[in-house]
Amino acid sequence: MTQRSLEWQTARDDARSEPRWIRWIVISLAIIFLTIFVVLPLALVFTQAFSRGLGAYLGALADPEALSAIRLTLVVAAISISINLVFGLMAAWAIAKFEFRGKTALISLIDLPFSVSPVISGLVFVLLFGAQGFFGPWVQSHNIPILFAVPGIALATTFVTFPFVARALIPLMQEQGTMEEEAAISLGASGLQTFFRVTLPNIKWGVLYGVLLCNARAMGEFGAVSVVSGHIRGETNTMPLLVEILYNEYQFVSSFAIASLLAMLALITLVAKTILERHLDEGQPARGD
Amino acid sequence: MGLTLTWLSVIVLIPLAGLFLKTFELSFDQFWDIVTSRRTLNALKISFGLAFLAAIVNLVMGMIIVWALVRYRFPGRRLFDAIVDIPFALPTAVAGVALTSLFAQKGWLGAPLAELGIKVAFTPIGIFVAMVFIGIPFVVRTVQPVLIDLDTEIEEAAASLGANRWHTVFRVILPSLIPAMLTGFALAFARAVGEYGSVIFIAGNLPNISEIAPLLIVIRLSEYRYADATAIAVVMLLASFLIIFAVNRIQRWAQIRIPTH
Repeated sequence: MTQRSLEWQTARDDARSEPRWIRWIVISLAIIFLTIFVVLPLALVFTQAFSRGLGAYLGALADPEALSAIRLTLVVAAISISINLVFGLMAAWAIAKFEFRGKTALISLIDLPFSVSPVISGLVFVLLFGAQGFFGPWVQSHNIPILFAVPGIALATTFVTFPFVARALIPLMQEQGTMEEEAAISLGASGLQTFFRVTLPNIKWGVLYGVLLCNARAMGEFGAVSVVSGHIRGETNTMPLLVEILYNEYQFVSSFAIASLLAMLALITLVAKTILERHLDEGQPARGD
Repeated sequence: MGLTLTWLSVIVLIPLAGLFLKTFELSFDQFWDIVTSRRTLNALKISFGLAFLAAIVNLVMGMIIVWALVRYRFPGRRLFDAIVDIPFALPTAVAGVALTSLFAQKGWLGAPLAELGIKVAFTPIGIFVAMVFIGIPFVVRTVQPVLIDLDTEIEEAAASLGANRWHTVFRVILPSLIPAMLTGFALAFARAVGEYGSVIFIAGNLPNISEIAPLLIVIRLSEYRYADATAIAVVMLLASFLIIFAVNRIQRWAQIRIPTH
């Protein structure tokens, strides 16, 4: 590179960037802020969990109450993922492959649970199924346990995680358009065949992406579940609820041990999300802009 | 299509409609009395006021973080980029206990702050800290793609026309980021207003001082005062509808302003 083009390059860089001291301040502020607000709390969870050694940590996790909370959390997450998977596929299919009026309104409605306070998400189910609720008397007379039982927790969790799968699939399916489906149908495939052989393979990474985010939120949901669970020990406590109870009883090692499992779930989710995002980017043709 | 709507109704719309129906069981005077009672008003003021302040901090710090991540190269950049998402991914109860222990009087940060005479945990400052935590990703993640897509040729043009760097940043770059900044701000604000899990541990939860509105809903529920809980919930829900509406408007406005995107 000649002397002149080097000078030209520096001049270009100068025009597009800030003096070194400003760069330095901006980077330091960003790092300090993220360290205080994100890195330290995360590090604290693991230090507290292991503060009395590995034995105490494993002991806390092997406690029957902890095991039952872990089991319940897994069950609830599985239920809400399956429900939201079916819905998410249906909704994304309808929105991406068909034209109809009120489409934007429908998308906003699907997003609704994201903007509702988790406490309110729980409250609506208490109002529906509580003793004075709209369906409360009917549910009680038929002996169907909903509030303060697993179905209520699963319902509230499903509500809160409602948008994830649909949100992940809508843009993906919209971008892919309907050409391949039209080709399949014109070649004689049935609707279901088209869906399972053409559409689903195209969106598999998107489905995984939605399920991943849905799962993370389902396992970690606190506010909504806290309102409907009734906190029956060993029965209706999910992992986040147990974290709260143990913390309030000053059983910090046990509380942070459960919390560390949830924190690990969050970290694994983030890593998996990054990998999936790479797959999603590869799967799409380079965009023209 | 029909199935989608039915499903949506069963899981989301009917429960939410139930909430509004329940409020209609109250007369307007009853509703007004609940909403304007001192404890409710204070809880709403705390939730909305502190959420607004936290969203402002998120906006300013979010812009600094986004600028560092997109425009500069530094060791650990990709790691810090990934870290921004942790407040989304970390269950709120975990964030709550972690922040409380961090800022408690004997905590890693609480102890040095206590020596300066600043008490964070179990005060309104604690609520503010938790709300800042929960709002970090919003501004960063809404502004980041816009800043990445921004054409650097515009900056070069501005510079070659004699604008200094300050002018280029504040007159040329920042205006095209404003819609994304406002969207991120609104989302962070909405999230902080409704936030429960990460706040209640660190808040102290003293009525009228450090009691947030979602907690008051939970308290009223546990006292079987369903009408009170519902009335507060309706006020909060209307506020979040307004915010969604504002966000939609901002995005439409941004599309009109920048037709190439």
